[in-house]
Amino acid sequence: MRVALFIPCYVDQFYPGVGLATVAVLEALGVEAEFPVAQTCCGQPMANSGCMDEARPLATRFVSTFEGYDYIVSPSGSCVSMVRNHYDHLVDPEDGIATAVRSRTVELSEFLLNVLKVKELQGRFPYQVGLHQSCHGLRELRLGPCSEVMSSRDSMMQQLLGGLRDIRFSQLSRRDECCGFGGTFAIAEEAVSAMMGEDRINDHVQAGTQVLTAGDMSCLMHLDGIIRRQKLPMRVMHFAEILSEAMGL
Amino acid sequence: MGHPGLAAEFTANRERAQWHDKALWFVREKRDRMATSVPEWELLRETASAIKQHVQSLMADYLEEFERNAVKNGVIVHWAADAAEHNRIVLSILQKHNATRLVKSKSMLTEECHLNPYLEQNGIEVIDTDLGERIVQLRQEPPSHIVLPAIHIRKEEVGECFHEHLGTEKGASDPKYLTEAARNHLRSCFCRADVGLTGVNFAIAETGGIVICTNEGNADLGVGLPPVHIAAMGMEKLIPRAADLAVFLRLLARSATGQPVTTYSSHFHGPRPGCEMHIVIVDNGRSAILKSEFRRSLDCIRCGACMNTCPVYRRSGGHSYESTVPGPIGSILTPLQTPEKHSTLPFACSLCGSCTDVCPVKIPLHHQLFAMREHLDKKNLIGVGKKLQMKVLSAVFSRTWLFNLAGKVARTALRVTPRFLVYSRLTPAFQWGRKREIPQAPPKSFRELYAERQASRRSGASAPPDKH
Repeated sequence: MRVALFIPCYVDQFYPGVGLATVAVLEALGVEAEFPVAQTCCGQPMANSGCMDEARPLATRFVSTFEGYDYIVSPSGSCVSMVRNHYDHLVDPEDGIATAVRSRTVELSEFLLNVLKVKELQGRFPYQVGLHQSCHGLRELRLGPCSEVMSSRDSMMQQLLGGLRDIRFSQLSRRDECCGFGGTFAIAEEAVSAMMGEDRINDHVQAGTQVLTAGDMSCLMHLDGIIRRQKLPMRVMHFAEILSEAMGL
Repeated sequence: MGHPGLAAEFTANRERAQWHDKALWFVREKRDRMATSVPEWELLRETASAIKQHVQSLMADYLEEFERNAVKNGVIVHWAADAAEHNRIVLSILQKHNATRLVKSKSMLTEECHLNPYLEQNGIEVIDTDLGERIVQLRQEPPSHIVLPAIHIRKEEVGECFHEHLGTEKGASDPKYLTEAARNHLRSCFCRADVGLTGVNFAIAETGGIVICTNEGNADLGVGLPPVHIAAMGMEKLIPRAADLAVFLRLLARSATGQPVTTYSSHFHGPRPGCEMHIVIVDNGRSAILKSEFRRSLDCIRCGACMNTCPVYRRSGGHSYESTVPGPIGSILTPLQTPEKHSTLPFACSLCGSCTDVCPVKIPLHHQLFAMREHLDKKNLIGVGKKLQMKVLSAVFSRTWLFNLAGKVARTALRVTPRFLVYSRLTPAFQWGRKREIPQAPPKSFRELYAERQASRRSGASAPPDKH
């Protein structure tokens, strides 16, 4: 099985630890993933701004960079969703290579549970963890139960973390409300974005969250910005970092 | 100013914005409880969506069938290509009957057509009889929500408004007292009205009948007393059969307010003896939408659930959208009509997708908002600055070496620049940094660390093995 790592551009530059934790967890499970160095960005910032002409070369580039792998694994539901769900107008839908690359691009928890069929990860994480269900992972990739939809589904992230010893989860009053990051939305609609983030953080403070986690570092970058500005005693970790730390990697 | 500026004003009063958010979240939670109580909820949504898409694909046929059957029932059917024609038709009916007093039940279509000011300019007294609509009418402001038009107003403010206009006691804010005052006031309006106007929730092609859903019974009073009933309907309100109605009635009130059904679901199949009933079928841009990639926005049954769940709407208030239909669905429909004026609306959205999942007719709202951004870019309406930024970003991301270099420069700049400068008005980080810290810049990128790790592994076959 040839597996490629797709590390989102901002994770590459600002959160290298998340990438390394992803590598460590995969290796601990026997997967030697390659990192194709030509990769940059999936094109989401441009596409979300409506600039399809600017996003198109990046989508083409993504396909050629990751062509030929069995799986393309990323610690980001949002970037995976961009590739899988929003490349329709960016790459040729008739192109078999592009279609294969898109369908083989998976988010880390999906890969661990659906492909590697991980049952339980051995480790200890003696903290109260607040799960932030990042929207694109949740409502685009369905990595967990959506409060709006009347169906039962387990949260993949919680399934993976739930096996760790001594871990506790926060009970939130709004379990899957958006944090307000939203890419360029965070700047264009600064007032609403910040208020949304502060409301999420307040929910976690009241629930007693010690470690705030998510499947997308972008949400956590925004939430951590608020936590640090308000000097709150809450740690922010991508779930891959929790797994890596708990498993002693 | 656009949405961002108006939203910033609304959130500036944090206590009020929190109250508004909580009031609407309460409705969203009621909706969730109601949806949970229907085991076949998701099947209902599927069915409703399929019916609507079927109707849209045969719109002309169903419209003609509806007209034929309505005419058979003794209804006078009018066709209006746009808002102006709709308004002229309504006025001409009023003038034909020498009517000067009109009572209206809730109709977002007449809001869209700006009927009230048009009629008032022509000497007609217009009274909105839905309680929330009457409150905003007395305050001379537009509704801020399509189902809960006065959701942005607190009961104390309603008390002040009623004291000024209806003579209630100064300082009174008891909802029961105020509602009673409104009821007495509206009763007198109903009694002296010449004509009653309503909207239409559903128009049934096979029977030619229309259905109007209210909680206050004001539609029934408004058309039950005066001799003339005018019903204004957007052409997308059609459903094929009476049997299909059950699907929508089960979804509508549950989605809208978390009630099992609206208090009144009134069916009208022609005029009362000796009276007249008119139906004005309005296009006003709808056929153009039908032909576009945004056609599914016409499936909307105006339940308002997307507003109640939208984290942006709840915190920015309906008026920040400056449009008759605000929130997610409004941010699609409105820029289709007036792209220049409403170009910021599709961006007043974090693309969280909650709207799509609550929508009872499964309109892919957030995907349409995504597509609407492209639609605006093609019209050069996303802003010169943003376009330039995206061009530059795209060029950087298209070259790995340039991306690596730009990343290193940015991280180094963040590490060496004094804090006050990083967060100053002069930098691109200013907006981000008003309420948030900028991420701490690490000395090395992932790819640098990864390359080092791989190199040390290769060279260090004899070196101490990794922990795992």
